[in-house]
Amino acid sequence: MSKINQKSSWNYSSALESTDHIFLKKQYDLFINGDFIKSNSKKYFNTVNPATDEIVARISEGNKKDVDLAVRSARKAFKSWSKTHPKERAKYIFRIARMIQERAKEFAIIESIDGGKPIRESRDVDIPLAANHFFYYAGWADKLEFAFPNKNPKPLGVAGQIIPWNFPLLMAAWKIAPAIACGNTVVLKPAETTSLTALKLAEIIKESGLPKGVVNIVTGAGNTGAEIVKHPDIDKIAFTGSTKVGKLIQKSIAGTNKRSTLELGGKGANIIFEDAAIDQAIEGIVNAIFFNQGHVCCAGSRLFVQESIAKTVVEKLKDRMSSLIVGNPLDKNTDIGAINSKEQLTTINNYIKIGKQEGGEIYQATCKISNKGNWCPPTLFLNVSQSHTIVQEEIFGPVLAIQTFRTINEVIEKANNTAFGLSAGVWTEKGAKIFKLTQELNAGVVWANTYNKFDPTSPFGGFKESGFGREGGLHGLISYLKFD
Amino acid sequence: MSFPDLSEIPTIDKLGVEERVNRFCKRSIKNIAKQYGLHLALSMIDLTTLEGKDTVEKVRRLCYKAGHLHSSLSGLPNVAAVCVYPNFVRVAKRQLQGSGINVASVSTAFPSGQSTLEVKLSDTKFAVEEGADEVDMVISRGKFLSGEYNFVYDEIAAVKEVCGKAHLKVILETGELDTLDNVRKASDIAMYAGADFIKTSTGKISPAATMPVTFVMLNAIKDYYKKTGIKIGMKPAGGISTAKIALQYLVMLNETLGDDWMNKDLFRFGASSLANDILMQLEKQESGIYQSGDYFSKD
Repeated sequence: MSKINQKSSWNYSSALESTDHIFLKKQYDLFINGDFIKSNSKKYFNTVNPATDEIVARISEGNKKDVDLAVRSARKAFKSWSKTHPKERAKYIFRIARMIQERAKEFAIIESIDGGKPIRESRDVDIPLAANHFFYYAGWADKLEFAFPNKNPKPLGVAGQIIPWNFPLLMAAWKIAPAIACGNTVVLKPAETTSLTALKLAEIIKESGLPKGVVNIVTGAGNTGAEIVKHPDIDKIAFTGSTKVGKLIQKSIAGTNKRSTLELGGKGANIIFEDAAIDQAIEGIVNAIFFNQGHVCCAGSRLFVQESIAKTVVEKLKDRMSSLIVGNPLDKNTDIGAINSKEQLTTINNYIKIGKQEGGEIYQATCKISNKGNWCPPTLFLNVSQSHTIVQEEIFGPVLAIQTFRTINEVIEKANNTAFGLSAGVWTEKGAKIFKLTQELNAGVVWANTYNKFDPTSPFGGFKESGFGREGGLHGLISYLKFD
Repeated sequence: MSFPDLSEIPTIDKLGVEERVNRFCKRSIKNIAKQYGLHLALSMIDLTTLEGKDTVEKVRRLCYKAGHLHSSLSGLPNVAAVCVYPNFVRVAKRQLQGSGINVASVSTAFPSGQSTLEVKLSDTKFAVEEGADEVDMVISRGKFLSGEYNFVYDEIAAVKEVCGKAHLKVILETGELDTLDNVRKASDIAMYAGADFIKTSTGKISPAATMPVTFVMLNAIKDYYKKTGIKIGMKPAGGISTAKIALQYLVMLNETLGDDWMNKDLFRFGASSLANDILMQLEKQESGIYQSGDYFSKD
């Protein structure tokens, strides 16, 4: 087979997004009862740019007393917010959505600085989707009676919400928008490595005139989250993050009246049949595993290729991987940015080591990597099976495990043979095959001939160890309402 | 070469193609990269005049322009070729002598291709004898759409034989083929039948060249190269009128076929107004100011 010469003499000059207009404070406090207040702990921790190791700002570490104060202010606000006319509630949510749109560029840049994701993604995916979530749920606020006829939907009370670092603003939007649209009030904790856009959102919320205490944001690490989970006056816990922490949360709230939705890990199967449009499927594989450096719970991290086309697919995939640009997240031409944190990089590298030790055949795209910051080149493993650790466990990085299959029933069995059940992808020209797979795959989302597509109107959530409850769409309202 | 195994041709997903193309368009090409890209694009242009009202004088003017793009900018490349009807090949050839610029001639009852094989072959033969370095033929779209793939293949192979040393570009007229699956199938048939280049359009049908169509053809070229080791060229033609669009095509080329294709031997733009827009951009890069279109000669 002749090889394509991917080394180009046409290097795209750097096209850095300007950061001149970005204003960040040196230090950020907690957002409680409509104001930024100093933490009771008086402690701060650094938030770091993962591409340069530079300290971007200092973030307040909320403790038990801070969480208590936030919950009390949310409880107080709930009394009037739950009785506020739904149309009035919608107005505030619409306003927040519009303000996010107006400041979209600023949000995108901060998201890339703080989290390491390429500006192309934060600009084109994260921020517009976050605004859309607020728009979408603003629309539902005064239509709950129609969404659930004769069931007399009522808000739950105070929701404790804990979100991850992979889509910081978007996850905040997923959590806050449906909760307050239904008349609940919120105490939200962003992930400790990516608090900035949530705090910027707090500025918008303050400016929007949303009544004090409806949304409270308490920053901090795992301990702060634990205080929220343990707090006796919280009615509902909504968590997105790792399966390990999800299990701890469920243990912690067992025996209490708290409701919960958990959106946890995944090990998505991306299945390519021999009749698929191959070149587009290659693009789908890339998008499934390398989108956001693979920091995606629904990433297509297990690739299943039908044996008859396996050689072609692997060859083409390797070609495509070498044309991916890894580098500065603020460069508009960057395809793959920085790994979110040192800890996560260690985890990923550890899995790569295990993959090699267990006999997997590794391929990594060659790319220039800066000696500062956290980087991982796009990686794939061949010669692995269902018994390999890297096939079984979630890596949460740009690492793909490739297996082949012969028949449709074989691939269904393998795809379902996992502790998780969040997502899957199917690539085939045959409609009937798509329907068979959507019926038989145990996954919350199954994409056909595409991957990693999100929309506020579409419910999202998992089976098995990927959690329970749905976010997005009409289903996303159910988790924030009680019925007669 | 023999007739391709049509069952091996992969299907094309239109939405997937459009999504990928969209990504190419989002690349930001600035400074040195832009300068490099614009020079490259300029050197890949087939300056074209294919009108019923073409005259010897018109062709002569175009040829002069081809060799004297814009005297106030130094270090400019020439365009790759001038593309005319067969009856103007001789005058173009004489005008371009010693310039290194090729003469390309359309043939085979361009643009419709509705004629007998005999006429098509003598059309081509005439162009080659007059001195055409390159021949741009059209395929029989009617036959293709009625499933007579062997007919299309045989016709291309016959024309190729008449071409001799002249390079053969095969125009698929993708605007009439309707689906990307057809574009892919026609590309394979043309390459296996002996095309040196595959080309999107005559410029007489709308839509002419589009990025999705060109992308599908580039992938066909890639697969053919991987299988045979033979490098086929690509020529999108019609509708590429601005420097910005040309750069997007080059990004697509760069990221699909790589460095080996980034030259006029394997990639061409069929265009008439593109050159002036590129010149305007290059002037702007140099001086920092956009000049009026009247500072660039229109021939």
